[in-house]
Amino acid sequence: MTNIERHNYDVVVIGAGGAGLRAAIEARLAGKKTAIISKSLFGKAHTVMAEGGAAAAMGNANSNDNWMVHFRDTMRGGKFLNNFRMAELHAKEAPDRIWELETYGALFDRTADGRISQRNFGGHEYPRLAHVGDRTGLELIRTLQQKIVSLQQEDYAATGSYESRIRVFAETTITELFVEGGRIAGAFGYYRESGEFVLFEAPAIVLATGGVGKSYKVTSNSWEYTGDGHALAMRAGATLINMEFLQFHPTGMVWPPSVKGILVTESVRGDGGVLRNSEGKRFMFDYVPDVFRKQYAETEEEADRWYTDPDNNRRPPELLPRDEVARAINSEVKAGRGTPAGGIYLDIASRRPAEFILKRLPSMYHQFKELADVDITKQPMEIGPTCHYVMGGVEVDPDTAAAAVPGLFAAGEVSGGMHGSNRLGGNSLSDLLVFGKRAGEYAARCADETTKRVKVPAATLNAAVENALAPLGRGEGGENPYTVHGELQQVMNDLVGIIRRRSELEESLGRLADLKERIKKVGVGGGRRYNPGWHLALDLRNMLAVSECTAKAALEREESRGGHTREDFPQMDPDWRRVNLVCSLQGEDVRLERKALPTMRSELMRLFDRAELAKYLTDEELADFDAAAEGVAASGGSASNSAAVGGADKGDV
Amino acid sequence: MGEQRNFRVWRGDDNGGQLEDFQVEVNDGEVVLDIIHRLQATQAPDLAVRWNCKAGKCGSCSMEINGKPRLGCMTRMSTFAPEETVTVTPLRTFPVIRDLVTDVSFNYQKARELPAFAPPADVAPGEYRMQQIDVERSQEFRKCIECFLCQNVCHVIRDHEDNKQAFSGPRFFIRAAELDMHPLDTRTDRKDAAVEEQGIGYCNITKCCTEVCPEHIKITDNAIIPMKERAVDRRYDPIAWLGSKIFRREQLDKPAGYATAGVATAPRPNAGTADTPVEQAAAHGAQGDISANWHREAAAGHAAPVGPDGKLPVTEFTGQLAGAQSPFGDDVEFPMPATDINYQHPNRPDEH
Ligand SMILES: Cc1cc2nc3c(=O)[nH]c(=O)nc-3n(C[C@H](O)[C@H](O)[C@H](O)COP(=O)(O)OP(=O)(O)OC[C@H]3O[C@@H](n4cnc5c(N)ncnc54)[C@H](O)[C@@H]3O)c2cc1C
Ligand code: SF4
Ligand code: SF4
Ligand code: FES
Repeated sequence: MTNIERHNYDVVVIGAGGAGLRAAIEARLAGKKTAIISKSLFGKAHTVMAEGGAAAAMGNANSNDNWMVHFRDTMRGGKFLNNFRMAELHAKEAPDRIWELETYGALFDRTADGRISQRNFGGHEYPRLAHVGDRTGLELIRTLQQKIVSLQQEDYAATGSYESRIRVFAETTITELFVEGGRIAGAFGYYRESGEFVLFEAPAIVLATGGVGKSYKVTSNSWEYTGDGHALAMRAGATLINMEFLQFHPTGMVWPPSVKGILVTESVRGDGGVLRNSEGKRFMFDYVPDVFRKQYAETEEEADRWYTDPDNNRRPPELLPRDEVARAINSEVKAGRGTPAGGIYLDIASRRPAEFILKRLPSMYHQFKELADVDITKQPMEIGPTCHYVMGGVEVDPDTAAAAVPGLFAAGEVSGGMHGSNRLGGNSLSDLLVFGKRAGEYAARCADETTKRVKVPAATLNAAVENALAPLGRGEGGENPYTVHGELQQVMNDLVGIIRRRSELEESLGRLADLKERIKKVGVGGGRRYNPGWHLALDLRNMLAVSECTAKAALEREESRGGHTREDFPQMDPDWRRVNLVCSLQGEDVRLERKALPTMRSELMRLFDRAELAKYLTDEELADFDAAAEGVAASGGSASNSAAVGGADKGDV
Repeated sequence: MGEQRNFRVWRGDDNGGQLEDFQVEVNDGEVVLDIIHRLQATQAPDLAVRWNCKAGKCGSCSMEINGKPRLGCMTRMSTFAPEETVTVTPLRTFPVIRDLVTDVSFNYQKARELPAFAPPADVAPGEYRMQQIDVERSQEFRKCIECFLCQNVCHVIRDHEDNKQAFSGPRFFIRAAELDMHPLDTRTDRKDAAVEEQGIGYCNITKCCTEVCPEHIKITDNAIIPMKERAVDRRYDPIAWLGSKIFRREQLDKPAGYATAGVATAPRPNAGTADTPVEQAAAHGAQGDISANWHREAAAGHAAPVGPDGKLPVTEFTGQLAGAQSPFGDDVEFPMPATDINYQHPNRPDEH
């Protein structure tokens, strides 16, 4: 059999984006021998592309901000389907995680008094996003990358080897996780450069592989986003939740065709950009849903005053959560008021001076100028909905980031629950840090507690090798992976896209079943060295598994909520709010189960107005809420709700 | 429907290879990376290329296009004449792995050798206070997307493999400068380390690195020259060092600008410095006749963008310019035609 390189680690982190790197730092700080594995080069993971910023209630820009407000915004954004405990931990710990980055050398933009500046973003009540121009993701990943280098330098000083305690395996793809005796035993993959195989044996593995966007045709995601972590977890016996919820970014470029999908950051709208249809109408005022009516301006005049006087005016409707914006754009285009390329116009040129735009959005300017020869200081942009982020992911314990399989952890975009049915802009970068750290910490603990390490049996390993080599064995006579991929993307785009209906979803399941058979016959020519055709062939089955989860869950959930819109069930249904759809693998097929959502603690519940809760909760839940509220009043708790929680919480952060 | 264009792509590995000709469809608005992807999907499924973001943000897709080091995802097909054959080759300075993919591990090694940020011991997380104007200088360098085009084009390592040991390259000079200018970094020896550990002395300010940087970072003017500006008496004088950190803003206020003064007057700024490595580098430069462009006169530095009072604006916001000054001159419109860039790849059609 092929010679296989073997490695032994305490903690193996799959993924070198924000979540993976933060997890690895934590595991290494806990003294564990740690490996980081990444499909691309070190420092190039998807996190690099995040533009807008990282949300953390530091209160630098508006001192009224605190974790409770952030928690509230997050739950609202996720339409109350979030795992409340994750949203709570996230809101509480995000500021510390951001400040920590400064000690690693990050340089965020500053306020006048020298603190970290915070900017507005859709769905956030106060300016909350720590940022660096519009390259925040780059800053984040570079900072973590450099922190890892600095840890390696410490190890070099102590042991004479940079890689004695933390090593990066760049351009290495994991294709299989091994479970022995009911717990994680190792991971198997190949070096992209050489095509050689490699086995990592470890008692604790952290998945931080990001998202699934490459199953869609118009997407902001790169080739890395093939849902590997999602599929690996399922094959190892873990479960996925919320897979029906995909975020379509309302503002991706639609012209010129080759850059379709590249995002126009939402801060264009935060900084004064407005959406217009082909008739020149600023149409968002027609699309404010009732739940948000109170917070959003009704006239252009009021909306425009908000930019300079946010305390006395309501927000412009362009800053509605992104799914509302995406849906509005979709409706306008369907009504025939779109641009020639099928999008709508985003106009900041006519509203802000050129210097302002250049200063606030330098890389946006650069991108449009270089790629499309469009000058955003002079003309509007043509934009439309783009698949951007998957809310669904591995079902984890909120405190420890542990998945259902002992020894397996997940953090970042690959995990599910934190964002509910929709993620607020900026909440991902902070999510990576908060739960990356937690995953690293508990993975290290798990490695400690695992006294007996299991070996991966040779037969299992051989099977993995065979699987991986199969497409090469079939050679060019097999199905072309690029063709199959293209068809999968088309199916997902057309049938499981931003607006969904029963008939189309049912059709998609049939098409996916066909594709599943064809994927088994995919073949590629060439050798094992850096062969992208082969790499794609191996990624296809992951994309298919994940697509099947999305299609099945989307068909099952008969309501519209956040990143899931059913044309045949346009309303939000309080009964559905209490249900998570859990996907697991049974043989080759995806099995769907309903599972009750955990109940929010009552002191968190009381952070919301009753009137607001009434829009989300069932009557039964509301009755419980009222009963609990009376209990508090009776026991003499006169302090305002938020103060009570804030006080109780001091030691808990 | 698109038109058919001629493409030549280098195919091969560390054992050698050759340019292969393709006829491929090109549509409106496409970039070179799109065409490579079309080749993968239709004619050469195993054609190896690195890419991630397709938006000029990750620095993965570095390649040489018609001999010029560029990002494949940021090079529009419309910059070429319809009948022109577009030739795509891998970065020359790094060993080829396969096709357009090279082994860039050199850069990660050099990154590891550079002392990391040294945080102040007595400032708690959350208590860091820095002014925007003070972080902006370092922020310019943190824009780096690690495409390594500057490393690829720097003749010190491009033409002299044996220099790789001693020379970190422009990417890491800006990293050193970034830390040197970081308002809270506590190390005092960054300039010395740049000379002693990184071999900055080998650099003879040809500015090729600045010219190819897709982020338009003024590598030479804003990083290398200030780092080289290591007055011997200042080097061991802690008070002078302190001054350089604390009075930074005053320095900025100097009418002539902080970094450009030296360059603006001296056509070859290094000529006068009698540092051994520099002399060496000059010698290297003189004998290497690989490309005439590396030995051209360095462009005159641009004067600092001072106002009528002879001072820099307090922030970029109030100034005329956003971001750093352009290495091409501030009056040049982008994107400029590739042919106008003062850099030529030596022709080497058949070797790898
Ligand atoms: C254009 C764009 C803009 C965005 N802007 C923002 C923003 O402003 N604010 C915000 O909060 N969020 C933003 N996001 C979302 C956010 O960037 C991502 O959700 C986040 O970066 C995901 O990080 P991660 O650590 O989970 O994974 P990633 O950074 O995607 O990293 C995944 C890693 O896993 C590795 N990997 C994957 N599969 C395998 C495998 N099989 N074997 C080995 N390694 C593997 C990859 O190589 C990569 O290193 C944006 C996203 C995009 C696309
Ligand atoms: S200025 Fe020239 S010699 Fe100096 S680092 Fe840049 S490319 Fe190399
Ligand atoms: S400095 Fe510029 S050219 Fe060099 S690696 Fe960074 S972005 Fe690329
Ligand atoms: S693909 Fe990221 S820079 Fe070109």
